[in-house]
Amino acid sequence: MMISRIGKWFDRRLQLAAPVREIAEHAVPRNTASWWYVFGSAALTVFLLQIVTGILLALVYVPSGAEAWSSLQALNHAVTLGWFIRAMHGWGSNFMVALVLIHMVQVFLFGAYKFPRELTWIVGVFLLLMTLGMAFSGQVLRFDQDAYWGLGIGASISSRVPILGPSIVRFLLGGPIIAGATLSRFFTLHVFVIPGLLIGFVGLHLLMVLKLGINEWPMPGRVVKRATYINEYHELTKKDGAPFVPYAVWKDMFFAAFIILAVAACALYLGPFGPTGRPDPTIIQTVPKPDYFFLWLYALLSLLPPSLETPALLIGPVVVIGGLLLLPFLSGEGEKSWKRRPIAVLTVSLIAITLGTFTRLAMYTPWSPHMNAWSGDPVPDQFIHGTTALERQGALVLQVKQCRNCHSLGESGGQRGPALDSVAVRLTQDQLIRQVIQGGGNMPAYGKNLSPAETTALVAFLETLHPKGQPPARDAARDVTLRDVPRNDEKQSESQP
Amino acid sequence: MSTRPPALVPSSENVISRRGFFMKLGLLFNGLAAAVVAVPIVGFLFSAITRGHGNGYLSWVQLGKVADFPEGQTRLATFRNPYVMPTDGATADTACWVRHIAGEQFQVFAINCAHLGCPVRWFQQSGLFMCPCHGGAYYSDGSRASGPPERGLFEYPYKVENNLISIQAGELPTPGAAIAAFTGEKPSCA
Repeated sequence: MMISRIGKWFDRRLQLAAPVREIAEHAVPRNTASWWYVFGSAALTVFLLQIVTGILLALVYVPSGAEAWSSLQALNHAVTLGWFIRAMHGWGSNFMVALVLIHMVQVFLFGAYKFPRELTWIVGVFLLLMTLGMAFSGQVLRFDQDAYWGLGIGASISSRVPILGPSIVRFLLGGPIIAGATLSRFFTLHVFVIPGLLIGFVGLHLLMVLKLGINEWPMPGRVVKRATYINEYHELTKKDGAPFVPYAVWKDMFFAAFIILAVAACALYLGPFGPTGRPDPTIIQTVPKPDYFFLWLYALLSLLPPSLETPALLIGPVVVIGGLLLLPFLSGEGEKSWKRRPIAVLTVSLIAITLGTFTRLAMYTPWSPHMNAWSGDPVPDQFIHGTTALERQGALVLQVKQCRNCHSLGESGGQRGPALDSVAVRLTQDQLIRQVIQGGGNMPAYGKNLSPAETTALVAFLETLHPKGQPPARDAARDVTLRDVPRNDEKQSESQP
Repeated sequence: MSTRPPALVPSSENVISRRGFFMKLGLLFNGLAAAVVAVPIVGFLFSAITRGHGNGYLSWVQLGKVADFPEGQTRLATFRNPYVMPTDGATADTACWVRHIAGEQFQVFAINCAHLGCPVRWFQQSGLFMCPCHGGAYYSDGSRASGPPERGLFEYPYKVENNLISIQAGELPTPGAAIAAFTGEKPSCA
């Protein structure tokens, strides 16, 4: 036939048919044709999708500090389907990070990093780092307020490197400030440098999967030994093997198609990410936030004690990346099955719970003052009801002095400091006065900003903040010293049931 | 080269064949070419570290008239970075907080939080700067009040001339930058 003749003409010159067939039909252990083995190929599929949508975006996007934001607006609103391609690229990025992480956990729990696949794991660690690098640099290319201040955070972290810090910052930013040159170099990283490396490393990764074979399904008790493993694996594929195509590949194909459709569905229903406000640093009414996969870091930077922060930022990544790279050498042999590796399972669970908790916290940022709570969240009615004029004046002070930015009342307001709903139960009058004037813990001192009258009113109001039937905290010694002086408020609170 | 008669078959490992010699020479030549090209490549790559260190670096920029900043108040001022590239757009504009203490006494704070660089906001009523990112807070004189920052706000050196206030600016202030502009010292020229 015509087609097979054309095929033969090409293969006479390319000579690719035989090696491709050999690769496609190479025997894999039968039990690796599992739904657990589809995440790597799905990550690769999303990577290819990212390349396609990325090239499409580059047709319109302008990597210039002055014009990037407007070109993103044009993509969103003026170019036909521009919003959809942007959304696909943004959601594709989220899916790719997620798939790479899931793939990594699966490989770890199945012991696939052990002999002889150490280098496959190491290359995989670099692929993870590059994927995260793509996610961060991609967030910068979405050149909006989050990108601008995110770069500032990156610069502030880098500046803490001893001695070289300031030079690293200027190298990173392409000059003394975050500006056009900064965007251009992140564009270069995102579009040329990292993708080039990614393609090369993915090639290596796949080559090793082919040369060394897919990791067999781990069986409890089947222990990896350097001396015997290779023979055992070959025997397994000979005895209980099946050609990769079509025996195993159909599951990869189904899952990859499902993932592409999922990316498209997210893009269609949830739309593109941003851009948020214009990257104009004189607009300071902004609450910068990183993208989803860096939220845990955002939380960590808020919660670490100040003295630990710089060491954690500079040493932490070295320890984590070093640990991942050393893993196959530290446990290159032994049990593969997660059923016989409780520490591995616990490690994964602990890391997942920690990252999950930090991410969850970063979604509502209890450590950040609510900048508009003082003007936007009034003191709820029930706290004002039946108060004296002085106490009401105190509520006004509480509001005007922006206490609510950090303290909530009736579930509204900031969460930086403790909720004040029942503060009178925790602190006596004297302790309240001292806390307000001198600050302490994590609270600034307000002594210079409150007149004596304001302090009196504020503390009078704070003293009314206790649940019904639960009297406010009192200094017992004070009652003794002031025994002869009758106090109205005490009698009142005692007479109440 | 060798006393032995030239042989078609390489006879000994000690003897360098003509082709082997030329291959090594070729490698050397390529190494030389690479070294020659590497100098401008590396020079270009690392020029970012000193970029803008010429005339415009850390120069005096005017913020406005003294009268624009009432005594006892802290107000936002903006300026354009002294070193600008054509593609910078609005990113070369910068904001700062100007605190007019009295007379010709000022404090000019960088907008960037001393923790990780987010833009701090001034709250007149409570006399605090608050950061929206990780919850840092500073007193009206820029000193640290609470939260993760390890130090007070960065201060620009300033001077007042002909009723105009100027600051020395030109670099993003970061916690690790040990340059003179951000040591927080009171300028002698004011």
